[in-house]
Amino acid sequence: MNELGKKVLAGDVRAASRLIRNLEDNIADTKTSLKHIFPHTGKAHVIGITGAPGAGKSTLTDELVYVLRKRDKTVGVLAVDPTSPFTGGAILGDRIRMIRHAEDPGVFVRSMATRGSMGGLSKAVGDGIHVLDVMGKDYIIVETVGVGQQEVEIINHAHTVMVVQVPGMGDEIQAIKAGLMEIADIFVVNKSDREGAPKLYKEILNMLNMSQFPDGWRPPVIKVGTSLEPHEFNRDVAKIVDEIENHREHLIEKNLLAGRMRRKTQAEINEALRAAILEPVLDRLVANGELNEMVDRLTKRETDPYTLADEVAKKYLVQPE
Amino acid sequence: MSDRKIRIMIAKPGLDGHDRGARVLARAFRDAGMEVIYTGCHQTPEQIAASAIQEDVDVVGLSCLSGAHNYLYPAVVNLLKEQGADDIAVIGGGIIPEKDFQGLYDAGLKGIFTPGATLDSLSEWMFENITPRE
Repeated sequence: MNELGKKVLAGDVRAASRLIRNLEDNIADTKTSLKHIFPHTGKAHVIGITGAPGAGKSTLTDELVYVLRKRDKTVGVLAVDPTSPFTGGAILGDRIRMIRHAEDPGVFVRSMATRGSMGGLSKAVGDGIHVLDVMGKDYIIVETVGVGQQEVEIINHAHTVMVVQVPGMGDEIQAIKAGLMEIADIFVVNKSDREGAPKLYKEILNMLNMSQFPDGWRPPVIKVGTSLEPHEFNRDVAKIVDEIENHREHLIEKNLLAGRMRRKTQAEINEALRAAILEPVLDRLVANGELNEMVDRLTKRETDPYTLADEVAKKYLVQPE
Repeated sequence: MSDRKIRIMIAKPGLDGHDRGARVLARAFRDAGMEVIYTGCHQTPEQIAASAIQEDVDVVGLSCLSGAHNYLYPAVVNLLKEQGADDIAVIGGGIIPEKDFQGLYDAGLKGIFTPGATLDSLSEWMFENITPRE
């Protein structure tokens, strides 16, 4: 199984895409490959792109890749789209906007389905980033699903978070709400040729004027015009790349990169503990039918979830003295 | 617990912008529980092969209504083969005269679907013939 890990480290694209698939599909032994590559991770700068459906995240990602390639950087992209809660199927359409990079060996694009994750990403994103990282990509762009106000999991994975806003989505109170608007390192007012864009721009600035920046980074707000005007679009997106590089330098100068890494590492250990402790227990409960029995008893109100959880913990977890 | 899903890429090679059929198929495969990567129109066989490898799909479904299937479909098959990815099945649909079928099968296509094929029959074909690779 370490074969796969070795091939990924050697830059084998097929092996990398297979490893990401194994991560998504929860294939046994995938951990062995991850153990193999983990020591080599932590080199790439991870950019998160989030915003509402149709805000232009994929189109921006495509142009970001173009600008980064012009600056001789290699790029990996993980683009997440939603899984159907009914059939488990998904349509992953982010690649439509990025097809011009398909043959560029300096670019690797991978679509992922959320598979039930609610934070705007897929569970496999964290480790997927590691795979692109050891492939030697300088920058990794993670595009979230179209999000609303609350799906902010991207902050666990990205060094630089870009929140994409478009005009016409609500009044100025939206700009001061908690959640999405708090996590941006860079704001983009996309489709800024449209009506309402100057107002949105001002609202974000007003919101920022009321904010404190303990890390010493005030998120810049960048207006980006329509992609139908390629020259202007490219110029605007180049400004975003400049700010991403400024932010990266800021994180390094102020010694904050480690802090960002720490948040991700914390999330990773949480996830690894879940996989190592909770999932085997759940698998057993499913296999021996206990879980079904528990659901039956609960539906009849014979017990409560808390008592059940205590019983399971007592039965399956060894309590240290 | 393993959770292998069929991953399929739907692509439109060449100069053909009629993608209604491709979209309907993408939707049908989604509803059958598969993960469908849709890549849009006007692609070269090279782009399609490279994308299929990066996405680690089990199947590439090609749609072409312009009459260039005899050139474009085998081109995708060959490019996958050249890159050591001939375990990715290639299937094709569109306006394809029956007299072209054998040539396409000989070129390595695993399935050909023409107007009249029902969505259910396509999903069934997928489940019968495509096993997500181990």
